[in-house]
Amino acid sequence: MTGVIILVAIIIFVAVFVISMYNSLIKLRNQVKNAWSQIDVQLKRRHDLIPNLIETVKGYMHHERETLDSITKARSQAVEAEGVGEKAKAEGELTRALGKFNLVVENYPDLKANQNFLSLQEELTSTENKISFSRQAYNDQVLFYNNKIQMFPSNIMAGMFNFKEEEFFEIEDEKEKEVPKVNF
Amino acid sequence: MWELIQANKRKSIILIIGMGVVLVLLGFVIGSAYSPNNGGMVGVFIALVLWGILYLISYTSGSKILLAVSGAKPITKEIHPQLYNIVEEMKIASGNPFMPKIYVIDSAAPNAFATGIKPDNTAIAVTAGLLGRLNRDELQGVVAHEMSHIVNRDVLFMTVAGIMLGVIVLISEVFIYGLWFGGSRGRYSRSSRDSGGGQAQLIFMIVAIAFAILAPIAARLLYFAISRKREYLADASAVRFTRYPEGLASALEKISRSTEELKTANKVTAPMYIANPLKKKGRKLNDLTSTHPPISERIRILRSIAQSADFSAYQDAFNKVKGKETNIIPPAELKESTPIGMKDVIGLPALGLTQKQTQRNVGNLIMKLNDYSFITCECGLKIKIPPDYKKNKIYCPRCGREHILRTA
Repeated sequence: MTGVIILVAIIIFVAVFVISMYNSLIKLRNQVKNAWSQIDVQLKRRHDLIPNLIETVKGYMHHERETLDSITKARSQAVEAEGVGEKAKAEGELTRALGKFNLVVENYPDLKANQNFLSLQEELTSTENKISFSRQAYNDQVLFYNNKIQMFPSNIMAGMFNFKEEEFFEIEDEKEKEVPKVNF
Repeated sequence: MWELIQANKRKSIILIIGMGVVLVLLGFVIGSAYSPNNGGMVGVFIALVLWGILYLISYTSGSKILLAVSGAKPITKEIHPQLYNIVEEMKIASGNPFMPKIYVIDSAAPNAFATGIKPDNTAIAVTAGLLGRLNRDELQGVVAHEMSHIVNRDVLFMTVAGIMLGVIVLISEVFIYGLWFGGSRGRYSRSSRDSGGGQAQLIFMIVAIAFAILAPIAARLLYFAISRKREYLADASAVRFTRYPEGLASALEKISRSTEELKTANKVTAPMYIANPLKKKGRKLNDLTSTHPPISERIRILRSIAQSADFSAYQDAFNKVKGKETNIIPPAELKESTPIGMKDVIGLPALGLTQKQTQRNVGNLIMKLNDYSFITCECGLKIKIPPDYKKNKIYCPRCGREHILRTA
């Protein structure tokens, strides 16, 4: 009789342990998803803003066909990109194209006086900032989740229920990685 | 971040208990001075009731009062898209789940403050002078500083402690004025009747006078010391959020260079602002009664942050500039923080608006606050329509396009 009770107690204990571990994995995965959707909203917003930008500046920039085309191309690649890694790469490309464009804008004082252009520019800058700020939060979440998946004992659970590691959203040639830590 | 809020909370509670003790003692001593037998308890009771009432008022409608007193007007994204965007950016960077309301104060003095006791109901107010003077990065630094006051729960603390300070000052001043203006006559006549209490009452009276003079000073020093520390902490958090210390540094530099006084600020609301709004020329700012650390020192610390934007980098810079080790950041937070890189410059460089454009934008802002409506024409011109314009159509003065204003 006591043997049965002990056995039942062990089974209940294991079940509770397994369930809570499973739930915490689910929770973490949802947090990653949520953090990603924060970035995704901003990426979509940027994609929506670019055609307006091109439309506004076209009349002013007759000699910058190439720059504008490269933005349009980078944008359509970014829209089609699937998966975090590929998106990060395409978005990095788009950011660089926009950076080049901004250098060129300096040569068009008329454009810089256009209210439509200025407000579009403000929206783009802000979207850019929001992407980079939410990127930090997303990468922190991913790190936490991936650690959980790789570490014992939750790794057994993750393997059984097919929890996969998530990708970091890293934009290429970042300066951040080269930052040395200095201690005084 | 959590650790930081916890550490803040602990310190706040200790400080508030300390100020509470001062308040209760003050009430007791002054009460006893009037009537040695049972006046002490009455004094304590009056002091606590006074504090309770003021606290309730400030808890339920403190923000509203502060915003109203400062003459702040609420704005939407349409009125100032850049300010709105920056606040939204800092909301994301700080991980604050709630968007603060945004207010603009119609004053040429550059300044800003944050308010709101409950996390889901906060506000950030900036002056028109600030918007007119700062570029995007600088404005972002200021908003980040205010946002960190909100997420560090500084506003709650400042309100609770500020009210306590206010009550201590109020009671002491009423007591001393009472003595000064004829209150003494009644006292002596009473003490002559009550011969036994006379001696005790005299002692109580001397103690009470000493207390009434010293208590407000002690409370102020306590309050201001913590207030200054919180300003440093908010600067450190702002660097962490924006990852760009130069933005805040150069904003502070511009703020300190201005000579305008913010007329709607007063002694009570002054600690709420990013920089002391009541500046008097020639006055030394680094004395003990200052609510804010000297701006020049804050700028020096920000500028000596070397390579990363995390808390330990700020702490290092702080130690270097001050030449002594004072913990601004709780040690546990320092251990955990990993290097956070500075803002990557491959992003869009902020478009440099000319001074004229910025000033025109601020002019527009004030017009909008006063119910002007705006239409942006396809040719790029912004048409400003005064609130008393009655016609249904308007023609663009540059290109002649027709705009329908209302379909009535």
